Amino acid sequence: MSTPDTSGSATAAVPVGAALALADDALVLSHRLGEWAGSAPVLEEEVALANIALDLLGQARVLLSLVGDEDELAYLREERSFRNVQLVEQPNGDFAHTIARQLYFSTYQHLLYARLASGDGPFAGLAAKAVKEVAYHRDHAEHWTLRLGDGTPESHERMSRACEALWRYTGELFQPVEGLDVDHAALESAWLESVADVLGRATLAVPSGPRTGAWSAGAGRQGLHTEPFGRMLAEMQHLHRSHPGASW
Amino acid sequence: MTAVTAGTAGSAGTAGGAGTIGAADAAAVEAAAHEAVFDAAVAADERIEPRDWMPEAYRASLVRQIAQHAHSEIIGMQPEANWITRAPSLRRKAILMAKVQDEAGHGLYLYSAAETLGTSRDELLDKLHSGRQKYSSIFNYPTLTWADVGAIGWLVDGAAITNQVPLCRCSYGPYARAMVRVCKEESFHQRQGYEALLALSNGTEAQHAMAQDAVNRWWWPSLMMFGPPDDESTHTAQAMAWKIKRHSNDELRQRFVDIAAPQADALGLTLPDPDLRWNEERGHYDFGPIDWTEFWDVLKGNGPCNDQRLSKRRQAHEDGAWVREAAAAHAEKHTGGNNGKAQA
Repeated sequence: MSTPDTSGSATAAVPVGAALALADDALVLSHRLGEWAGSAPVLEEEVALANIALDLLGQARVLLSLVGDEDELAYLREERSFRNVQLVEQPNGDFAHTIARQLYFSTYQHLLYARLASGDGPFAGLAAKAVKEVAYHRDHAEHWTLRLGDGTPESHERMSRACEALWRYTGELFQPVEGLDVDHAALESAWLESVADVLGRATLAVPSGPRTGAWSAGAGRQGLHTEPFGRMLAEMQHLHRSHPGASW
Repeated sequence: MTAVTAGTAGSAGTAGGAGTIGAADAAAVEAAAHEAVFDAAVAADERIEPRDWMPEAYRASLVRQIAQHAHSEIIGMQPEANWITRAPSLRRKAILMAKVQDEAGHGLYLYSAAETLGTSRDELLDKLHSGRQKYSSIFNYPTLTWADVGAIGWLVDGAAITNQVPLCRCSYGPYARAMVRVCKEESFHQRQGYEALLALSNGTEAQHAMAQDAVNRWWWPSLMMFGPPDDESTHTAQAMAWKIKRHSNDELRQRFVDIAAPQADALGLTLPDPDLRWNEERGHYDFGPIDWTEFWDVLKGNGPCNDQRLSKRRQAHEDGAWVREAAAAHAEKHTGGNNGKAQA
């Protein structure tokens, strides 16, 4: 399958593109965090990273189910049909890269869900529940950013490199998404302020490079992804696709 | 049991105030008194608590057992984590991630229980990484297909529960209480494994074959999880006398076979033992001989995944060193030190 069913009256009120954008962000980041299982730097982080991954997977399942069958959408879409931002598909890298990705994404997701929760749109219910989970994700990322940025010279250097490396994927977060009734410009300025505040307290510089890559901003939302994403999907989808029509 | 002394390293050198006998004699008298109180508490099925006096051998035996258990939880994350990124449905993926997360949590409870005996997590991890302490040999077998996740839940967690439920009544309080929590979660793990296998067994021909293959590979190693036969088990007799352990290896193994055999029938799968049959007279299932050569071989380090599991664990620990150092340095700068175990 390539496009979800939009004909049913029960799903008519839900903007499909927006639902997929939110769902795919959560699904893909959850998958990446799941890759940490058994390799986290300390046992408490095994628990914390799995906890965040489970929250995100839960959000993805609710969102996908709003617009179709969750497994068909997760396992049978091709790469170009995924609507997640490129930030969340970036490989885990070292723990600093994972934390920088978490800081950038959870700050965005927290601001976005807080706005969606306060409205009366189709995602208000989900956002009201998810915003509490995401507040913890953001808090977790902030605390680790502070520890790594203001820890040892090595951790400072690693965190600094990670923040810079992922900076180019942050512009895309604020590309308007059809069906999401949010002021993206306001979202972006709130995000910049919040991230700059955390980085400052972590003794880290706000990266100065461009906030978009060689692809134009919004590429992930339009189905254009980076190389690592194809491999990630191949691994995620292969078993499901190897047994067409099977139940698990 | 009431606290006799607050020491954790025995009572030597605490004698004082005895006018006519020497300090050494007084210490001996005191030790004997402590021992009597300890023995009486164990006999009365009371719990021994961290601040209570306990024989050094009891302490050492508990540390050995709790550490091995904790190590098994964290090494045991690996074979299942192997399938998180390939789980065939989002529901199964969520269940598997939650299960692997629980195992990390069990590791935390158990390392904390060991800490109440005066042994730190770092010290125990160091012993695991250097091969001086063991984890359950079952995790040295590979997870080759998705059905292995189901088979581990049903058989490995099933065997673990059979072993662990009696530990909820273990004489050492912190271990017993940790086991109550662990067992509640293990029973969810066992059910999800059974249910995942049932879905495969009732699924397509290929899925059924996958389930049968996994059960064929995991059955005998699961029986070995109860440890060597009673007449070859070095720790059982003393552990039972101290009420750390409540049943012998062979008793628990039989209990597990009696539970698993009818469940296999319900699953529509066979167990790979031609000698397995109900014995009316004994009121138990008879089962075939276990290949103890394989057991000792895997224990010695020659299993299919011994090197892989330990290398991955060491690698994760080494890769994480700079993170732990950063957390410790940050805590030192900002709170005057809270030993680097800072947690958001």
